[in-house]
Amino acid sequence: MKSLTKMTWMEAKLFLREPVGAFFTLIFPLLMLFIFGTIYGSQPAVGPGGQGAIAMLIPAFTAMTIGITGLMPITITLAIYRENGILRRLRTTPVSPLVVMAAQVIVVFTMTCLGMLLLVTAGKLVYHVTFEGNAFSMAGGFILSSLSFFGIGFILAGVMPTARTAQVVAMVLLYPMLILSGAAWPRELMPATMQKVSAFLPLTYVVNLLRGLWTGQPWGNQLLDVGVLVGMLLLGVLVSAKTFRWE
Amino acid sequence: MDAIVHVEGLRKVYGVTVAVEEVSFEVRAGEIFGMVGPNGAGKTTTIECLEGLRKPDQGTIRVLGLDPQRDGQALRLRTGMQLQQSNLPDRMRVWEALDLYASFYPRAADWRALLTQLGLEEKRNASFSKLSGGQKQRLFVALALLPDPELVFLDELTTGLDPQARHAIWDLVRDVRARGKTVLLTTHFMEEAERLCDRVAILDHGRIEALDTPAALIRGLETEERVVFNLDGGLSPALQNALARAGRLEIQGERVVVHGKNGCEVPLVSEVVNLLSGQGIPFRDLRTEQATLEDVFLSLTGRKLRE
Repeated sequence: MKSLTKMTWMEAKLFLREPVGAFFTLIFPLLMLFIFGTIYGSQPAVGPGGQGAIAMLIPAFTAMTIGITGLMPITITLAIYRENGILRRLRTTPVSPLVVMAAQVIVVFTMTCLGMLLLVTAGKLVYHVTFEGNAFSMAGGFILSSLSFFGIGFILAGVMPTARTAQVVAMVLLYPMLILSGAAWPRELMPATMQKVSAFLPLTYVVNLLRGLWTGQPWGNQLLDVGVLVGMLLLGVLVSAKTFRWE
Repeated sequence: MDAIVHVEGLRKVYGVTVAVEEVSFEVRAGEIFGMVGPNGAGKTTTIECLEGLRKPDQGTIRVLGLDPQRDGQALRLRTGMQLQQSNLPDRMRVWEALDLYASFYPRAADWRALLTQLGLEEKRNASFSKLSGGQKQRLFVALALLPDPELVFLDELTTGLDPQARHAIWDLVRDVRARGKTVLLTTHFMEEAERLCDRVAILDHGRIEALDTPAALIRGLETEERVVFNLDGGLSPALQNALARAGRLEIQGERVVVHGKNGCEVPLVSEVVNLLSGQGIPFRDLRTEQATLEDVFLSLTGRKLRE
């Protein structure tokens, strides 16, 4: 327990000392919000309840934060730790690989939470966005979505041969997904064919789930999203447990 | 003395390459035991089998009475390991690394004391990536000492260090032994093995070629000792004859080399000096050349280039 606390605190400090990671998790979604807020204001109304675009951007950008943190920091950190022999050094101590992985999950999850809180706060203060959902449901959807995406990061870190390929593959997966899933802007603004492609992207289900819960839809309307994300989570846990390598 | 490491018939194969074969040895409590050998001789493979990082294909290994494969966890609590290749995150600070690694052990040594002992006090807040090679190695030694281990493994500890750093690390290793710990190290510097180790195993092609104290290994070589000096004037025939009785004589201009057998009762050097000063002959730059562990090593492993 002592080692988990120390390792988590250490990883949190390392996360914040890496300016690029901290920027993309905490600042980038906020910048996107201000850019789109300036462009759209409260128009056009695209949400199911007729809310302005900004209101719908909060859950979408939260999904974007989850996509970024799930694919980038975990994948890159673990791949670099393995390639540089940092995991090898840890392996000579009694510390368990579970502690190493848990510390990553806790830190990246906390940073994702911070990213979301910044978005919601900015949305409320600057654009007077209203939240019609249930806070507990929203939190539940957020946790499920985050953990499912961390699973992808762990799988990539375990399967990719080098840190460089892990990083490239993570980016190649991330960017189209951000654009096509509706995380970067409302999917309703995209041509119908592009919207069809989005059905194959995991991040789409995060966007759907968070948008639904944000606007107060019951969980019953989100069964497909929940199903896909739970499946991803299980797959992530199973595959990363199988593929974890110290070196 | 008790053997705290016991290796019997160790064999490890990578694909078709036999890395280590029929390696057997013991390490006694409280000694500095060295493994030397050319690159690819099997030193690191052997040490990593002992550490539990690699699974041997054949053979028995007991470290502190434990099987490294079966009792890895117990072993990692009681041994300290410094690896040939390993790293810490670039932005981790020296004190943070010590503090973090200390938390892995239920009875960790005081890392603040280690920081001072290893001369890292000034680098306490420096990032790992900003440390010099020697400082990184000292930090790794500190990490290896954190569990307050009974046995410390040091793999290629001084490779890539400058002479100052190397001497500092040697003092450090002697200090570790003085605190009652046993040290098992690998190196490819013969001078390091000769100066530092109580006993040395010479490995080549995955086998132990020789194992003894450095002094005994050198004695066993039966090499000659040489006394070399310069003379301003020439040698008188009488002196030539007298010197030739002490050993084979070689004259290169004003330089004179006397070759004698190693380990005679009267040291060759005192015989030569007595002859010269007895006759009042001025000489300059007298030195003796003796066999070193490196000569033993080369005679056992040959001079052919590896790799």
